[in-house]
Amino acid sequence: MTTTPPAIRVRDLRKTYVVAEREAGARAALKSLVRRRKIEIAAVDGISFDVDSGEIVGFLGPNGAGKTTTLKMLSGLLHPTAGELSVLGAVPWRREKAFLRQITLVMGQRNQLVWDIPAADSFELNRAIYRIPSADFQRLVKELTELLELGPLLRKPVRNLSLGERMKCEIAAALLHRPRMVFLDEPTIGLDVTMQRRIRGFIAEYNRRTGATVLLTSHDMSDVEALCRRVIIIHRGKLLFDGALSDLVSRFTEHKTIVVQLKDCRADLRPYGEVVSCEDGRVTLRVARAETARTTERLLADLPVSDLTVEDPPIEDVIERVFAQGTP
Amino acid sequence: MTGLAEIYVQQFKTTLASFAQYRAAIFIWMIGHVLEPLVFMIVWSAVTLSRGGLVGGFGAGDFAAYFLVLMLVNHATYTWIMYEFEYRVRHGDLSFLLLRPLHPIHTDIVDNLSSKMLTLPLILVSAAVLAVVFKPVFHFRLWAAAVFLPALGLAFLVRFLIEWTLALAAFWTTRVGAINQGYYVAVLFLSGQVAPLALLPGPVRAAASVLPFRWMISFPAELLLGRLTPAQAAAGLAIQAGWLVLALLLMKVVWRAGVRRFTAVGG
Repeated sequence: MTTTPPAIRVRDLRKTYVVAEREAGARAALKSLVRRRKIEIAAVDGISFDVDSGEIVGFLGPNGAGKTTTLKMLSGLLHPTAGELSVLGAVPWRREKAFLRQITLVMGQRNQLVWDIPAADSFELNRAIYRIPSADFQRLVKELTELLELGPLLRKPVRNLSLGERMKCEIAAALLHRPRMVFLDEPTIGLDVTMQRRIRGFIAEYNRRTGATVLLTSHDMSDVEALCRRVIIIHRGKLLFDGALSDLVSRFTEHKTIVVQLKDCRADLRPYGEVVSCEDGRVTLRVARAETARTTERLLADLPVSDLTVEDPPIEDVIERVFAQGTP
Repeated sequence: MTGLAEIYVQQFKTTLASFAQYRAAIFIWMIGHVLEPLVFMIVWSAVTLSRGGLVGGFGAGDFAAYFLVLMLVNHATYTWIMYEFEYRVRHGDLSFLLLRPLHPIHTDIVDNLSSKMLTLPLILVSAAVLAVVFKPVFHFRLWAAAVFLPALGLAFLVRFLIEWTLALAAFWTTRVGAINQGYYVAVLFLSGQVAPLALLPGPVRAAASVLPFRWMISFPAELLLGRLTPAQAAAGLAIQAGWLVLALLLMKVVWRAGVRRFTAVGG
């Protein structure tokens, strides 16, 4: 049992937006001038969770699930409609300076660096705003430059950088003040695989070196698989799952895939499980999770198997299934 | 306070660096700033000529001096924050400003001042050219010239705070343009940009003095031109200080309400 309070504590958090609704067309437009119909939309509909200091948690959900809304409430950009919320012991929406100095929010689709000047100049501005001591600043810039391979990028005007290069500079700028709480909203969106991998590696390294808590949303499951042992899944504003990534797979899939390599496709493997495919003697079987061990044993005993692997279904498929089911 | 000074220095450098990228835009913007007083100078010297050389105590040389000084004061106190704020709210840039441990007005003030410093030489050259062409007549008084700088500083702060506060309308409406237009017209007539306030009808002159407009632009100009008595100057400074306090309070209240709204509806 840990006695330190959680870095993030969320209880029954809600955010309701009031939006004016009207139908398409000129008549509806005129009508809406006189009387606007307001409807309430619950973007976040009563979620609760804790995140411990130093954890990296993946925040998953389809578009419009409430991920960004939650992240904005956690960072203090949105005032919750109801519920309790504490981040690093502070109430985020009060945006006290001491709190703001300890957090950062990186949004993959928006940038905070000044467009027309080199990133190094924006770093200097951040140094002044966050009151980073000069000696620390030099060391941090050097460290970030090495880890993210920023080198020559820092001297070019930001608008001349590629998307990936800019993202690296954005992340560096966002972490200069050594935040203890890092919110990342789609940090790898639009980046190529190499760049994604580099940024993931960097986030993991930052977490390891500083012990910072990281909360990350992403559409890209490889981000989540690489970084997060724990995932929180929300859908239509409600929490669907909160736990280890491995538990997610076992909870939501009743099947495993067994791939066996035989000489050819002549043997009838239907007694062992559902045959998904067979090519050049490589048979893919779908078997019930509980039967996996027994079936593997039987296959090895009964047939001239030259190779055998047992796999979970791809994580994307699992997530899709979670959303399709709606509630677990 | 050293922390804030450091921020001012860094923001100053940042603005200088990004401004250098927009030399053409600055030039066009400057033309506007010179053209407006130029038009009024031409109009009023024509009017003086047709009236036999004097309008309400102003000769052609007086008008030239008035619009020259007014141009300089207007340049020093001008802001473009209303356009900037609308853009910020629309494009979500405001989120980043809200997450910084710093009130955004600070970087806006430095941004404004550093841009002014860059354009000051151009304005001075334009003023020199206009002076050669229109032959202004000055009645400088040493004491008034000395008080001019503090009056100008106060005028800048009052105008900056009021326009910054008005810019916050972007939190409530996406049609900030209409507010800008209305405000611009009021400034044009009530701050002495179309004509010296002394020449305006009584009620308009009274309105200009009751409202903050005279204290944002006309007052420092009147002072430098030697048109005020020491008593009027002292009263003017006091009124400016009063407006400064009022504008500061207003800014704080409106900012808090605006942010409350922004964080309620999402940006």
